[in-house]
Amino acid sequence: MTSPSPAPRPPSANDGAFKAELVTLIPHLRAFARTLTGDPTSADDLAQEAMMKAWDARASYQMGTNMKAWTFMILRNQFYSEKRRSWRQTQLDQEAAERTLIAVDDPEAPVALDELRQALRTLPEEQREALILVGAGGFAYEEAAEICQCAVGTVKSRVSRARKALQATLERGGYERDGKSAGDAMRSILADADRLSGAGRG
Amino acid sequence: MINTKDTPAHPDGSPSRDPGLEEVHLRQQAIGVKLRHMFDEVVNEPVPDEFLEILRRADEASTKEGQ
Repeated sequence: MTSPSPAPRPPSANDGAFKAELVTLIPHLRAFARTLTGDPTSADDLAQEAMMKAWDARASYQMGTNMKAWTFMILRNQFYSEKRRSWRQTQLDQEAAERTLIAVDDPEAPVALDELRQALRTLPEEQREALILVGAGGFAYEEAAEICQCAVGTVKSRVSRARKALQATLERGGYERDGKSAGDAMRSILADADRLSGAGRG
Repeated sequence: MINTKDTPAHPDGSPSRDPGLEEVHLRQQAIGVKLRHMFDEVVNEPVPDEFLEILRRADEASTKEGQ
């Protein structure tokens, strides 16, 4: 006979559908984790933990609702609870990031993406995540608000402030690369964006 | 001079608009494109086997429990 289990669950038909959908979200969870941690290795650790948390909590998920937003919320909560535990480590990471910001002097480095990444690191966390969710993750303001557990208006103002700050940083040139005048970061972003969108506008 | 009104970026700048405002939109749009590109780069990476392996093991374990 069956051993006593905490909650009677129907056989794994639902689990199968849940798992299939969860698998499609892994690439997105990895990308979001990468923007939060800024480091590929700890990002994958975070994404794996979030994936397992989602799996363990699958009984509380309603099929048909927005699983992407739900898993992003889990990942985000996981990130901040871990961060609180290891604030010392975080502080060290920030110092390292600031050193990198100053130390980037390789003239051959792929400029635009690199500078955008670094400029992102200079944003306050809550602005960065709001901008990523809305500007890159494809979430509506309402969904981003759900993920960040804050008001829609708060997300809107964070995104707007993040955009302005990012532009200002990139236009200042921010990082004082040797032999490069201020504004080069923005110029390379413009050129690169043009290339990426394939629009070749004058 | 710089109007910070949060209007969506305008794709093909029309010459009649304030050139300063137009430039701000163009730059914001460029940042948006780069941002999505940065994110999509990771999305398009192949998922490390580890992820699927962990999930498969968890699925097996829960199937056994359920029997």
